[in-house]
Amino acid sequence: MSKVYIALQDNEESHYIVEAIEEDNPDVTVIYQPAMIRIECEGHMVIKRETVEEKMGRDWEIPALHVNLITLGGNVDEDDDQLSLTWNN
Amino acid sequence: MSNKKLNMKDKYRLLTRDLEWEFSYRDRKEIFPQEDFEGIKITDWSKWEDPFRLTMDSYWKYQAEKEKKLYAIFDAFSQNNGQQNVTDARYVNAIKLFLTGVSPLEYQAYSGFAHVGRQFGGVGARVACQMQSLDELRHVQTQIHAMSHYNKHFDGFQDFAHMHDRVWYLSVPKSFFDDARSAGPFEFMVAIGFSFEYVLTNLLFVPFMSGAAYNGDMATVTFGFSAQSDEARHMTLGLEIIKFLLEQHEDNVPIVQRWINKWLWRGYRVLTLVAMMMDYMLPNKVMSWQESFEVYFEEAASSLFKDLARYGIEMPPYAADAIAEKEHLSHQAWSIFYNYGHAAAFHTWMPTAQEMDWLSEKYPNTFDKYYRPRFEKWREMEEAGERYYNPTLPMLCQTCQIPMGFTDMENPTMTSYRQSVYDGERYNFCSNGCKDIFDHEPEKYVQSWMPVHQIFQGNCGGPEMEDVLGDYYRINLGVDNLDFKGSPDEARWNGWHNLQSAEDKLKKAS
Amino acid sequence: MTIEIKTATLEPIRNTFEHTRRRFGDKPASRYQEASYDIAPENNFHYRPMWQPDKLLNDTSRTAVVMEDWYAFRDPRQYYYGTYVQARAKLQEVTENNYAFFDKRGLGDRLSEEVKAKVVRCLIPLRHMELGANMNNVLCSAYGTSTVLTQAFLYNGMDRLGIAQYLSRIGLLLDGNSAEVLTKAKDHWMTDPAWQGLRRYTENTLVVEDWYEVFIAQDVVLDTLVYDLMYRQFDQAITEEGGSDLAMLIEFMQEWHKDTSRWVDATLKSTVAESDHNKELIGRWVAEWREKAVADLAPLAEIAVGDDAVNACTEALNQRLAKAGL
Ligand SMILES: [Fe+2]
Ligand SMILES: [Fe+2]
Ligand SMILES: [Zn+2]
Repeated sequence: MSKVYIALQDNEESHYIVEAIEEDNPDVTVIYQPAMIRIECEGHMVIKRETVEEKMGRDWEIPALHVNLITLGGNVDEDDDQLSLTWNN
Repeated sequence: MSNKKLNMKDKYRLLTRDLEWEFSYRDRKEIFPQEDFEGIKITDWSKWEDPFRLTMDSYWKYQAEKEKKLYAIFDAFSQNNGQQNVTDARYVNAIKLFLTGVSPLEYQAYSGFAHVGRQFGGVGARVACQMQSLDELRHVQTQIHAMSHYNKHFDGFQDFAHMHDRVWYLSVPKSFFDDARSAGPFEFMVAIGFSFEYVLTNLLFVPFMSGAAYNGDMATVTFGFSAQSDEARHMTLGLEIIKFLLEQHEDNVPIVQRWINKWLWRGYRVLTLVAMMMDYMLPNKVMSWQESFEVYFEEAASSLFKDLARYGIEMPPYAADAIAEKEHLSHQAWSIFYNYGHAAAFHTWMPTAQEMDWLSEKYPNTFDKYYRPRFEKWREMEEAGERYYNPTLPMLCQTCQIPMGFTDMENPTMTSYRQSVYDGERYNFCSNGCKDIFDHEPEKYVQSWMPVHQIFQGNCGGPEMEDVLGDYYRINLGVDNLDFKGSPDEARWNGWHNLQSAEDKLKKAS
Repeated sequence: MTIEIKTATLEPIRNTFEHTRRRFGDKPASRYQEASYDIAPENNFHYRPMWQPDKLLNDTSRTAVVMEDWYAFRDPRQYYYGTYVQARAKLQEVTENNYAFFDKRGLGDRLSEEVKAKVVRCLIPLRHMELGANMNNVLCSAYGTSTVLTQAFLYNGMDRLGIAQYLSRIGLLLDGNSAEVLTKAKDHWMTDPAWQGLRRYTENTLVVEDWYEVFIAQDVVLDTLVYDLMYRQFDQAITEEGGSDLAMLIEFMQEWHKDTSRWVDATLKSTVAESDHNKELIGRWVAEWREKAVADLAPLAEIAVGDDAVNACTEALNQRLAKAGL
């Protein structure tokens, strides 16, 4: 199984997003590098709006993810409620 | 009236896809005249899947937010003279190379995506390309603005656009993008959208920018990561176009495979510059070229190509050649630039003893065996006051335009050397990849504006090296070029820092 | 004392990049200047474009207009990417509030059936024309010369997509998101005789190869006429018929047109002032496209506003052309 990944700028907002990702995807590995956070997982990962909102305590939209996004790997599927990354292998 | 809630997909369909109509006063072919000549078969544009369903209102909103943050940091950086806080002034040469070599590619990406953003026959693909075009314009402009302050305190930034059109080593990235832009619209997308954006830009931006942060360069890391935040969209577009072409018609598969082979190699060769930036130009190291190559190329590409296998797409044959070179590439590249340090618009140097030890540790199979002896000899010469510069003009690979300094991986002390004859003329190549690319389209690659030939033909300012380097390239000789040691950059840097410590002493005393 | 020493050594060694120094003199340049002038590749292109082998990759001969210096232009708004998106984000925020207010207060229900039908027939189909305008401006951005012009074309092109999307949202506001209005409006665009002139005109602009001629046909001639007709005259007519709430939905287009007109006027004026050759050429293009546009727009103008409407917008166009020296 290949690894999907996402990297975020290391800042306040991203910390909430990372928390949310860890909660929704218990198998992820989080790697801290200078100024960035890389999160990887076998096969599939999902970022859910609701969980991020809960962590932040305010409204948050999926497209706002892009403000802090550095890179990603995997097939992307985005809708109002979530963004997912998947490898079909 | 009860309002039905529209989800993102429906909304995007209505607000973007549905704007299109069936032409009846004009023939579609007149409006999209470039869709056929590459042999790609598109049967149904409506099957295009929009990777991100971004409408202009949210584009403006989020991008403005990014820009506001970014420029606040640029302002703070210049107000506080942030250039003093980088690890050491040698580092700045990496971003000189960035501004002269990479930023102009962002400009070319802007132009290229505007071109395909007009030419594609499906509105979904067009609009995605247009947004990318706008993003790429953002990248070149924010990079100029980030470097604007450095330009006021260091040499070598000042004439980047002029240099990009002329200087021998900048011909490597320039010819790469010229190659993509002069291809048809679908090949351009495979070249840039897929091979470059999806497979290679991570290597350019992610570890290098993280390295910039680690070297105290807030301006660069900020523009770098801010640009990357758009890159995620670009990567997804790149992957989408590939899937779309492969799903549209089985006849597209071999064409796309050939383009992937070509462009992965072509792009990888351009990244030679990044390899040496990472291993030699960052005083504080985050990871070696080899390590980033393994994460962002080997691992990422193998997931990707496994995913594409269901369409019959295979890992390009040259990937193995790239992997074989990973322990050599940065050392060979730095050797070339050290040799031609008088002809470059940035400074070069020999690594310190400590840095060489780091290289030995990171490259246990190659550094001590092949490179350390040579480097130590150069360092001795330098200490004896005879800094080595190669006075000859190098022979260049006809395809990638890099001097022929790569070696044969079977026998790493022998220069790798390939040839083809076309129309009675002989052409030289650095690798199988470059030779094959030429052999497939010789009529294209014989056109290359080869910097060394152009010098010999007298098209670059005159016969003397001063004419070429000074008048034609507009390198300030003795200032922008040569070794870092003894450069005005170094003198200014020491001035700032001696002063700093003098100041600290004063403060402590009072 | 220490501060003095520090400022002395941190004195910049140069004020700006060479490309801006050569053009504007040895002094600090603005961000607009540093990121807009002389940054496009101009020399030593490696390969001929396979899609147009008789030209270079960047080639000034993609238009018959001739400029001694293609960077003689200046965008009066001084938009580079950052200032552009921030200006649009501001306008977008106001618009978003307007649309939300319109929706929340159910202002659509307050419009009479006649007014609604008129909006569906006369305004919403313009979203397709805006898509054509998007393609045309992107073409100018791709094949035009000099970043001062080409960046503004791209901003303009993306603005037109934005406007097409706002027009679509007006449709969705009127039918509670059922998309019926958009379907109907598209039918008008495709088959309603009142729209066929404009659709033919749009399709004809999409095959023009000379990018400066595209600019004339779209941004100068057609847009001046259409924006005067729809966002001034039609707005008034609808207000008189009790549909004044529509105004808050088209404020974006009105503000945008004011903004972009400053750039269109400045561009046109500088080109015409360059030479008799340009003046004569552009004069000819204007005359040809104006004649077609006025005739093509007349049936729509009549049903949207009334008899005299097309003359009033022609007047607006003539005034603009006169300002540019045509
Ligand atoms: Fe970019
Ligand atoms: Fe990009
Ligand atoms: Zn080569």
